[in-house]
Amino acid sequence: MSDIVLETRDLVKHFPLTRGVVFKKQIGAVRAVDGINLQLRRGETLGVVGESGCGKSTLARMLVGLETPTSGDLFVQGKNMSKVGAAERRRGRRNIQLVMQDPYTSLNPRMTVGDIVGEPFEVHPDVLPKSKRRARVQELLELVGLNPDHINRYPHQFSGGQRQRIGIARALALNPEIILCDEPVSALDVSIQAQVINLLEKLQNELGLSYIFIARDLSVVRHIADRVAVMYLGKVVEIGTEDQIYENPTHPYTQALLSAVPVPDPKLRGLRDQIVLTGDVPSPANPPSGCRFRTRCWKAQDICAQQEPALAVREKSAHPSACHFAEVRDVVHAVE
Amino acid sequence: MSTDVNVKLDALPGLDPNAMPLQVKDLHVEFRTRNGIAHAVNGVSFDLRPGETRAILGESGCGKSVTAQAIMGILDSPPGFITGGEILYRGVDLLKLPEAQRRKVRANRIAMIFQDALSALNPVFTVGFQLGELFRKHRGMSRKDGKARAVELLDLVKIPAAKQRVNDYPHQFSGGMRQRVMIAMALALDPEVLIADEPTTALDVTVQAQIMSLLAELQRERNMSLVLITHDMGVVADVADRISVMYAGRVIEEAPVDDIYASPAHPYTKGLLESIPRLDLKGQELSAIKGLPPALTNIPKGCAFNPRCRYAQDVCRQDPAPPLYQVSPVRTAACHFWKEVKGDV
Repeated sequence: MSDIVLETRDLVKHFPLTRGVVFKKQIGAVRAVDGINLQLRRGETLGVVGESGCGKSTLARMLVGLETPTSGDLFVQGKNMSKVGAAERRRGRRNIQLVMQDPYTSLNPRMTVGDIVGEPFEVHPDVLPKSKRRARVQELLELVGLNPDHINRYPHQFSGGQRQRIGIARALALNPEIILCDEPVSALDVSIQAQVINLLEKLQNELGLSYIFIARDLSVVRHIADRVAVMYLGKVVEIGTEDQIYENPTHPYTQALLSAVPVPDPKLRGLRDQIVLTGDVPSPANPPSGCRFRTRCWKAQDICAQQEPALAVREKSAHPSACHFAEVRDVVHAVE
Repeated sequence: MSTDVNVKLDALPGLDPNAMPLQVKDLHVEFRTRNGIAHAVNGVSFDLRPGETRAILGESGCGKSVTAQAIMGILDSPPGFITGGEILYRGVDLLKLPEAQRRKVRANRIAMIFQDALSALNPVFTVGFQLGELFRKHRGMSRKDGKARAVELLDLVKIPAAKQRVNDYPHQFSGGMRQRVMIAMALALDPEVLIADEPTTALDVTVQAQIMSLLAELQRERNMSLVLITHDMGVVADVADRISVMYAGRVIEEAPVDDIYASPAHPYTKGLLESIPRLDLKGQELSAIKGLPPALTNIPKGCAFNPRCRYAQDVCRQDPAPPLYQVSPVRTAACHFWKEVKGDV
């Protein structure tokens, strides 16, 4: 079996824009995700970063099957999910589970913790016989650091951090190989955030999980990810190992993004090479021609409007970068 | 232009132009709820010098936003009640002023921007109308003049094509642009003090950088004092002069920004600094603070942080709560063991 547990090829999701009520007619499309190629290896954490509206959540929803891709293929353990039958697709889905952003709305307030964590077994009854489920749920609660005796409590009796642990326990119920975390800690306070990040790392070591970790917080992603993909307007603009992206970013957008993150050290105030971008992200319904970042880029030339730069290794970029003028710029001064 | 208003404000009893623009002394706020009394703010004191940026740092539920609401006089009451303390604007206690006078101080002298600009702006009026309203109500200008000033303000906060955008509604602006409108509104009447409650929390990092640099620039130009309420230690390190760290309704540490990051003197501050992943540091296990912040209806005896603290001794579990010890001439910390925490011993 290959080392790649999940792969996307030219994955695209366009949401149609229509006009009219009776005679609906498509007048355009929001190009939320526009051709994404990613590979996730066994046991690694792939970070996906980008600002709101870049398509990272739509990507996540396609990976777990909540959204059907407009085109492109998704391979889970070598099987093309759009080509296999319903039963097999269902079995494949088992292997990818989702941890959601908001621990307050992603748990049903009228279900007990035991029912929430045990619900995956109702959906996939062949995984575990009914008699063993309660014990398994308690085991899962213990695994994520909750008291197994609290199995009959309701979500409102838990704090935000504990609720996120319940969400993680639910995601682990079917023994998946891949966990997709969509902003798992952004709703939590800093002191609680660290507890949840440590838990995710511990689970990865113990269970050999592969993570896709989607987040806006670049510091958190640096902490947890092995490889990082940077998204802008539905496309991956740069991808590489954590060191390559953070220490040798070559795409102007990555550089701007990194330079914008405030560093919690007042001694570095004013010393950072801060790139303040002007303007807003263009609408994904009408993205700019050529390179999508060119409208906000300080390096943009005529070629950027005419020709879309491919995500490829370049003369001055050792890792794939979608910029005609990719070049290393030291933005984050690492402290040893 | 604004002279007549200033004359009225100058007539405030006890106004001392040389006093600090804002001083909060031993403020207490409680919320009387069905589940008991929540002690949201328990004796918060800080002062603000002209042109200074004071950060109030803390996690959700620590009382930082309630403090801001009490200063502005926009506390939901009931259930919220200010049960003690003083809020001084240049020596005048705002809590003792009649509402009409207080309203003049607010907006003219102290203004506030909020986290969520979309819900802070009125969705059914154009941005220009809402900005102009300030000039109509507070300066007695005509609609036309008010709108002209609104355009100037949108220009000031660098909104492109201000002349056209002044006729747009809040939902037609992006998140960052909306926050600029809020800043424009707060700055309209030239306040001396600006209170910013999590101004960039809802924004993306690149937009956050734009807004923070805009705020810094406007603050410099006008020698305005800024109270920045946030939980983001990165933003604080970038802009603050002095920091008050809050926990369970108290200021537990107060210091100039460099001191606090170099050698925190309270275990909570230390824990916070150690638990943030940093962009410029390679990942190891984060040292998380164990446990949870206390419920404000049931704050632990003694030091509120003691159940989560690795330095806690018996003395920490007994009332009274530790006082603010003088750590150095310019900083204080509410921990009996600040010397150990700071690493002096």
